[in-house]
Amino acid sequence: MSDISDRVKKIVIEHLGVEDAKVTEEASFIDDLGADSLDTVELVMAFEEEFGIEIPDDAAEKIQTVKDAISYIQENAS
Amino acid sequence: MTTSSTMMAGKRGLIMGLANERSMAWGIARALADHGADLALTYQGEAMEKRVRPLAEKLGSTLMTPCDVSDPASLDAAFDTIAEQWGQLDFLVHAIGFSDKNELRGRYVDTSRENFLNTMDISCYSFTAAARRAEKLMGDGGSMLTLSYYGAEKVMPHYNVMGVAKAALEASVQYMAADLGPRNVRVNAISAGPVKTLAASGIGDFRLILKWNEFNSPLRRNITIDDVGRAALFLLSDLGSGVTGECLHVDGGYHVVGMKAHDAPDIATQV
Repeated sequence: MSDISDRVKKIVIEHLGVEDAKVTEEASFIDDLGADSLDTVELVMAFEEEFGIEIPDDAAEKIQTVKDAISYIQENAS
Repeated sequence: MTTSSTMMAGKRGLIMGLANERSMAWGIARALADHGADLALTYQGEAMEKRVRPLAEKLGSTLMTPCDVSDPASLDAAFDTIAEQWGQLDFLVHAIGFSDKNELRGRYVDTSRENFLNTMDISCYSFTAAARRAEKLMGDGGSMLTLSYYGAEKVMPHYNVMGVAKAALEASVQYMAADLGPRNVRVNAISAGPVKTLAASGIGDFRLILKWNEFNSPLRRNITIDDVGRAALFLLSDLGSGVTGECLHVDGGYHVVGMKAHDAPDIATQV
Protein backbone atom coordinates (compact mmCIF):
# COMPACT_ATOMS: atom_id res chain seq x y z
CA MET A 1 0.00 0.00 0.00
CA SER A 2 2.90 2.37 0.66
CA ASP A 3 3.82 1.75 -2.95
CA ILE A 4 0.58 3.42 -4.06
CA SER A 5 1.23 6.30 -1.66
CA ASP A 6 4.74 6.85 -3.06
CA ARG A 7 3.56 6.73 -6.66
CA VAL A 8 0.73 9.18 -5.96
CA LYS A 9 3.08 11.59 -4.20
CA LYS A 10 5.62 11.35 -7.02
CA ILE A 11 2.95 12.31 -9.58
CA VAL A 12 1.81 15.24 -7.41
CA ILE A 13 5.36 16.50 -6.89
CA GLU A 14 6.19 16.30 -10.59
CA HIS A 15 2.95 17.76 -11.86
CA LEU A 16 2.65 20.65 -9.45
CA GLY A 17 6.37 21.29 -9.13
CA VAL A 18 6.21 21.45 -5.33
CA GLU A 19 8.74 20.41 -2.67
CA ASP A 20 8.59 16.79 -1.51
CA ALA A 21 8.09 17.84 2.11
CA LYS A 22 4.90 19.74 1.31
CA VAL A 23 3.19 16.69 -0.16
CA THR A 24 1.81 15.18 3.06
CA GLU A 25 -1.27 12.97 3.05
CA GLU A 26 -3.34 15.77 4.53
CA ALA A 27 -2.27 18.32 1.90
CA SER A 28 -5.09 19.76 -0.22
CA PHE A 29 -4.16 20.13 -3.88
CA ILE A 30 -5.79 23.53 -4.20
CA ASP A 31 -5.45 25.02 -0.69
CA ASP A 32 -1.97 23.77 0.22
CA LEU A 33 -0.19 22.90 -3.01
CA GLY A 34 -1.25 25.80 -5.25
CA ALA A 35 -3.16 23.70 -7.80
CA ASP A 36 -5.81 25.32 -10.01
CA SER A 37 -8.94 23.52 -11.20
CA LEU A 38 -7.24 22.33 -14.40
CA ASP A 39 -4.39 20.86 -12.34
CA THR A 40 -6.87 18.73 -10.44
CA VAL A 41 -8.29 17.38 -13.72
CA GLU A 42 -4.77 16.72 -15.02
CA LEU A 43 -3.78 14.98 -11.78
CA VAL A 44 -6.79 12.68 -12.00
CA MET A 45 -5.85 11.85 -15.61
CA ALA A 46 -2.29 11.12 -14.50
CA PHE A 47 -3.57 8.82 -11.71
CA GLU A 48 -5.81 6.98 -14.18
CA GLU A 49 -2.87 6.42 -16.49
CA GLU A 50 -0.42 5.38 -13.76
CA PHE A 51 -2.78 2.91 -12.11
CA GLY A 52 -4.81 1.79 -15.14
CA ILE A 53 -8.12 2.75 -13.58
CA GLU A 54 -11.13 4.88 -14.46
CA ILE A 55 -12.04 7.65 -12.04
CA PRO A 56 -15.58 8.85 -12.84
CA ASP A 57 -16.38 12.57 -12.62
CA ASP A 58 -18.38 12.32 -9.40
CA ALA A 59 -15.51 10.48 -7.68
CA ALA A 60 -12.90 12.82 -9.16
CA GLU A 61 -14.65 15.83 -7.69
CA LYS A 62 -14.24 14.34 -4.21
CA ILE A 63 -10.49 13.85 -4.60
CA GLN A 64 -9.20 17.01 -2.99
CA THR A 65 -6.26 15.85 -0.90
CA VAL A 66 -3.34 13.48 -1.38
CA LYS A 67 -5.03 11.08 1.05
CA ASP A 68 -8.29 11.17 -0.95
CA ALA A 69 -6.37 10.07 -4.04
CA ILE A 70 -4.48 7.30 -2.25
CA SER A 71 -7.68 5.96 -0.66
CA TYR A 72 -9.60 5.93 -3.93
CA ILE A 73 -6.81 4.15 -5.76
CA GLN A 74 -6.34 1.60 -2.96
CA GLU A 75 -10.02 0.76 -3.15
CA ASN A 76 -10.28 0.65 -6.93
CA ALA A 77 -6.92 -0.45 -8.37
CA SER A 78 -6.87 -4.12 -9.28
CA MET B 1 14.41 20.50 -30.52
CA THR B 2 16.39 18.63 -33.15
CA THR B 3 14.87 18.68 -36.59
CA SER B 4 14.44 15.61 -38.76
CA SER B 5 13.90 17.49 -42.01
CA THR B 6 13.83 21.00 -43.38
CA MET B 7 10.44 20.60 -45.04
CA MET B 8 8.98 23.44 -42.95
CA ALA B 9 12.16 25.54 -42.70
CA GLY B 10 11.41 29.23 -43.09
CA LYS B 11 7.67 28.64 -42.52
CA ARG B 12 6.00 30.53 -39.72
CA GLY B 13 2.76 29.47 -38.16
CA LEU B 14 0.40 30.24 -35.32
CA ILE B 15 -1.02 27.51 -33.11
CA MET B 16 -4.13 28.36 -31.11
CA GLY B 17 -5.46 26.02 -28.44
CA LEU B 18 -2.42 24.26 -26.99
CA ALA B 19 -3.18 23.25 -23.37
CA ASN B 20 -0.74 20.55 -22.31
CA GLU B 21 1.28 17.58 -23.52
CA ARG B 22 -1.89 15.57 -24.15
CA SER B 23 -3.30 18.18 -26.55
CA MET B 24 -3.76 17.37 -30.22
CA ALA B 25 -2.21 20.80 -30.76
CA TRP B 26 0.93 19.49 -29.03
CA GLY B 27 1.18 16.56 -31.47
CA ILE B 28 0.79 19.03 -34.32
CA ALA B 29 3.26 21.57 -32.89
CA ARG B 30 5.87 18.90 -32.29
CA ALA B 31 5.59 17.53 -35.84
CA LEU B 32 5.87 21.01 -37.32
CA ALA B 33 8.83 22.05 -35.14
CA ASP B 34 10.50 18.73 -35.85
CA HIS B 35 10.49 19.65 -39.54
CA GLY B 36 11.85 23.14 -39.02
CA ALA B 37 8.80 25.41 -38.63
CA ASP B 38 8.83 28.52 -36.42
CA LEU B 39 5.80 28.54 -34.17
CA ALA B 40 3.84 31.23 -32.35
CA LEU B 41 1.45 30.17 -29.62
CA THR B 42 -1.61 31.82 -28.12
CA TYR B 43 -2.96 31.12 -24.66
CA GLN B 44 -6.09 32.16 -22.82
CA GLY B 45 -5.46 33.61 -19.38
CA GLU B 46 -2.89 32.92 -16.67
CA ALA B 47 -3.97 29.32 -16.09
CA MET B 48 -3.06 28.48 -19.69
CA GLU B 49 0.02 30.70 -19.81
CA LYS B 50 1.73 28.69 -17.09
CA ARG B 51 1.04 25.50 -19.05
CA VAL B 52 1.97 26.80 -22.48
CA ARG B 53 5.20 28.60 -21.52
CA PRO B 54 7.26 25.44 -20.80
CA LEU B 55 5.88 23.86 -23.99
CA ALA B 56 6.94 26.92 -25.98
CA GLU B 57 10.45 26.48 -24.62
CA LYS B 58 10.54 22.86 -25.73
CA LEU B 59 9.48 23.93 -29.23
CA GLY B 60 12.04 26.73 -29.36
CA SER B 61 9.11 29.10 -29.82
CA THR B 62 9.78 32.70 -28.86
CA LEU B 63 6.46 34.26 -29.77
CA MET B 64 3.66 33.82 -27.24
CA THR B 65 0.67 36.08 -27.01
CA PRO B 66 -2.58 36.04 -25.02
CA CYS B 67 -5.78 35.56 -26.98
CA ASP B 68 -9.38 35.19 -25.90
CA VAL B 69 -11.22 34.19 -29.08
CA SER B 70 -14.57 35.36 -27.71
CA ASP B 71 -13.23 38.93 -27.66
CA PRO B 72 -12.62 40.58 -31.08
CA ALA B 73 -10.25 43.13 -29.52
CA SER B 74 -8.15 40.32 -28.03
CA LEU B 75 -7.99 38.57 -31.43
CA ASP B 76 -6.97 41.85 -33.08
CA ALA B 77 -4.23 42.37 -30.49
CA ALA B 78 -2.86 38.84 -30.94
CA PHE B 79 -2.66 39.18 -34.72
CA ASP B 80 -1.22 42.69 -34.39
CA THR B 81 1.57 41.21 -32.26
CA ILE B 82 2.29 38.60 -34.92
CA ALA B 83 2.21 41.24 -37.67
CA GLU B 84 4.67 43.41 -35.74
CA GLN B 85 7.08 40.61 -34.87
CA TRP B 86 6.89 38.47 -38.00
CA GLY B 87 5.12 40.52 -40.66
CA GLN B 88 3.88 37.34 -42.32
CA LEU B 89 2.25 34.03 -41.55
CA ASP B 90 2.40 30.78 -43.53
CA PHE B 91 -0.04 28.64 -41.58
CA LEU B 92 -2.69 28.70 -38.87
CA VAL B 93 -3.75 25.85 -36.57
CA HIS B 94 -7.05 26.21 -34.73
CA ALA B 95 -7.52 23.65 -31.94
CA ILE B 96 -10.16 25.37 -29.86
CA GLY B 97 -13.55 24.22 -28.66
CA PHE B 98 -15.73 24.76 -25.65
CA SER B 99 -19.09 23.72 -24.26
CA ASP B 100 -20.58 23.55 -20.79
CA LYS B 101 -19.74 19.99 -19.70
CA ASN B 102 -23.16 19.65 -18.09
CA GLU B 103 -24.61 19.66 -21.60
CA LEU B 104 -22.20 17.00 -22.91
CA ARG B 105 -24.41 14.33 -21.39
CA GLY B 106 -28.12 13.71 -21.52
CA ARG B 107 -30.18 14.86 -24.50
CA TYR B 108 -29.06 17.34 -27.17
CA VAL B 109 -32.61 18.62 -27.43
CA ASP B 110 -32.33 20.02 -23.91
CA THR B 111 -29.39 22.31 -24.78
CA SER B 112 -29.84 25.85 -23.51
CA ARG B 113 -29.80 28.79 -25.90
CA GLU B 114 -26.95 30.38 -23.96
CA ASN B 115 -24.70 27.33 -24.19
CA PHE B 116 -25.67 26.70 -27.82
CA LEU B 117 -24.54 30.20 -28.79
CA ASN B 118 -21.40 30.07 -26.67
CA THR B 119 -20.42 26.64 -28.05
CA MET B 120 -20.94 27.88 -31.61
CA ASP B 121 -18.97 31.06 -30.92
CA ILE B 122 -15.92 29.40 -29.33
CA SER B 123 -15.87 26.14 -31.32
CA CYS B 124 -16.92 27.34 -34.79
CA TYR B 125 -16.92 31.10 -35.28
CA SER B 126 -13.48 31.55 -33.68
CA PHE B 127 -11.88 29.73 -36.63
CA THR B 128 -13.55 32.07 -39.10
CA ALA B 129 -12.58 35.10 -37.00
CA ALA B 130 -8.96 33.95 -36.77
CA ALA B 131 -8.82 32.97 -40.47
CA ARG B 132 -9.95 36.44 -41.56
CA ARG B 133 -7.14 38.03 -39.57
CA ALA B 134 -4.55 35.42 -40.61
CA GLU B 135 -5.39 35.85 -44.31
CA LYS B 136 -4.02 39.39 -44.21
CA LEU B 137 -0.62 38.03 -43.19
CA MET B 138 -0.55 35.31 -45.86
CA GLY B 139 0.61 37.35 -48.83
CA ASP B 140 2.21 34.43 -50.65
CA GLY B 141 -0.52 31.93 -49.87
CA GLY B 142 -0.85 29.76 -46.82
CA SER B 143 -2.59 26.87 -45.13
CA MET B 144 -5.15 26.79 -42.33
CA LEU B 145 -6.24 23.82 -40.29
CA THR B 146 -8.90 23.11 -37.69
CA LEU B 147 -9.86 20.02 -35.73
CA SER B 148 -13.19 18.25 -35.90
CA TYR B 149 -14.72 14.96 -34.84
CA TYR B 150 -17.00 12.31 -36.35
CA GLY B 151 -19.78 13.56 -34.08
CA ALA B 152 -20.20 16.32 -36.70
CA GLU B 153 -21.39 13.75 -39.26
CA LYS B 154 -23.15 11.10 -37.20
CA VAL B 155 -24.77 11.06 -33.80
CA MET B 156 -22.29 10.12 -31.07
CA PRO B 157 -23.41 9.65 -27.48
CA HIS B 158 -22.92 12.71 -25.28
CA TYR B 159 -21.31 14.83 -28.01
CA ASN B 160 -24.56 16.75 -28.37
CA VAL B 161 -24.22 20.49 -29.03
CA MET B 162 -20.53 20.04 -29.78
CA GLY B 163 -21.47 17.80 -32.71
CA VAL B 164 -23.70 20.53 -34.07
CA ALA B 165 -20.91 23.09 -33.67
CA LYS B 166 -18.39 20.78 -35.38
CA ALA B 167 -20.81 20.29 -38.30
CA ALA B 168 -20.93 24.07 -38.68
CA LEU B 169 -17.13 24.21 -38.37
CA GLU B 170 -16.71 21.65 -41.18
CA ALA B 171 -19.12 23.62 -43.37
CA SER B 172 -17.18 26.80 -42.63
CA VAL B 173 -13.98 25.05 -43.80
CA GLN B 174 -15.61 24.53 -47.20
CA TYR B 175 -16.86 28.09 -47.50
CA MET B 176 -13.52 29.55 -46.45
CA ALA B 177 -11.69 27.22 -48.86
CA ALA B 178 -13.78 28.76 -51.65
CA ASP B 179 -13.23 32.32 -50.39
CA LEU B 180 -9.47 32.05 -49.87
CA GLY B 181 -8.51 29.60 -52.63
CA PRO B 182 -7.98 32.30 -55.28
CA ARG B 183 -5.23 33.73 -53.04
CA ASN B 184 -3.64 30.26 -52.68
CA VAL B 185 -4.70 29.98 -49.06
CA ARG B 186 -5.85 26.43 -48.32
CA VAL B 187 -8.33 25.58 -45.57
CA ASN B 188 -8.76 22.05 -44.23
CA ALA B 189 -9.91 20.08 -41.21
CA ILE B 190 -8.73 16.92 -39.52
CA SER B 191 -11.49 14.77 -38.08
CA ALA B 192 -9.54 13.01 -35.36
CA GLY B 193 -10.57 9.88 -33.51
CA PRO B 194 -11.06 10.15 -29.76
CA VAL B 195 -7.97 10.96 -27.66
CA LYS B 196 -7.95 11.45 -23.92
CA THR B 197 -7.15 15.15 -23.79
CA LEU B 198 -8.02 17.76 -21.20
CA ALA B 199 -11.00 18.77 -23.37
CA ALA B 200 -12.19 15.16 -23.63
CA SER B 201 -12.28 14.89 -19.85
CA GLY B 202 -15.55 16.85 -20.04
CA ILE B 203 -17.26 14.26 -22.27
CA GLY B 204 -19.35 11.59 -20.53
CA ASP B 205 -18.46 7.87 -20.89
CA PHE B 206 -15.21 8.72 -22.65
CA ARG B 207 -13.60 5.42 -21.65
CA LEU B 208 -16.40 3.50 -23.39
CA ILE B 209 -15.96 5.62 -26.52
CA LEU B 210 -12.20 4.93 -26.54
CA LYS B 211 -12.70 1.17 -26.10
CA TRP B 212 -15.39 1.04 -28.77
CA ASN B 213 -13.12 2.78 -31.27
CA GLU B 214 -10.19 0.55 -30.40
CA PHE B 215 -12.21 -2.63 -31.00
CA ASN B 216 -14.15 -1.49 -34.05
CA SER B 217 -11.89 0.76 -36.16
CA PRO B 218 -10.23 -0.94 -39.14
CA LEU B 219 -6.77 -0.36 -37.64
CA ARG B 220 -7.97 -1.86 -34.31
CA ARG B 221 -6.36 0.86 -32.25
CA ASN B 222 -6.93 4.37 -31.02
CA ILE B 223 -5.00 7.14 -32.67
CA THR B 224 -2.29 9.20 -30.98
CA ILE B 225 -1.57 12.90 -31.05
CA ASP B 226 1.44 12.03 -33.20
CA ASP B 227 -0.88 10.49 -35.82
CA VAL B 228 -2.70 13.83 -35.86
CA GLY B 229 0.63 15.70 -36.01
CA ARG B 230 1.81 13.82 -39.09
CA ALA B 231 -1.49 14.37 -40.93
CA ALA B 232 -1.35 18.05 -39.99
CA LEU B 233 2.19 18.26 -41.35
CA PHE B 234 0.92 16.92 -44.69
CA LEU B 235 -1.91 19.47 -44.88
CA LEU B 236 0.17 22.43 -43.69
CA SER B 237 3.25 21.72 -45.81
CA ASP B 238 3.71 21.72 -49.57
CA LEU B 239 2.87 18.01 -49.55
CA GLY B 240 -0.75 19.11 -49.37
CA SER B 241 -0.39 21.82 -52.02
CA GLY B 242 -3.41 20.67 -54.03
CA VAL B 243 -5.70 19.97 -51.08
CA THR B 244 -8.29 22.42 -49.82
CA GLY B 245 -11.80 22.26 -48.40
CA GLU B 246 -11.01 18.76 -47.18
CA CYS B 247 -11.94 17.03 -43.95
CA LEU B 248 -9.28 14.35 -43.47
CA HIS B 249 -10.24 11.53 -41.11
CA VAL B 250 -7.40 10.54 -38.80
CA ASP B 251 -9.42 7.97 -36.93
CA GLY B 252 -7.97 4.56 -37.76
CA GLY B 253 -10.66 4.32 -40.44
CA TYR B 254 -13.55 4.33 -37.97
CA HIS B 255 -15.70 6.54 -40.22
CA VAL B 256 -16.10 3.81 -42.85
CA VAL B 257 -17.47 1.26 -40.39
CA GLY B 258 -21.20 0.55 -40.38
CA MET B 259 -21.48 -2.16 -37.73
CA LYS B 260 -19.67 -3.67 -34.77
CA ALA B 261 -16.62 -5.66 -35.86
CA HIS B 262 -17.16 -9.45 -35.83
CA ASP B 263 -14.23 -9.88 -33.44
CA ALA B 264 -15.09 -6.96 -31.14
CA PRO B 265 -16.24 -7.93 -27.66
CA ASP B 266 -19.59 -6.63 -26.48
CA ILE B 267 -18.30 -4.02 -24.06
CA ALA B 268 -21.45 -2.03 -23.45
CA THR B 269 -22.12 -3.85 -20.19
CA GLN B 270 -18.49 -4.15 -19.08
CA VAL B 271 -17.15 -0.60 -19.03
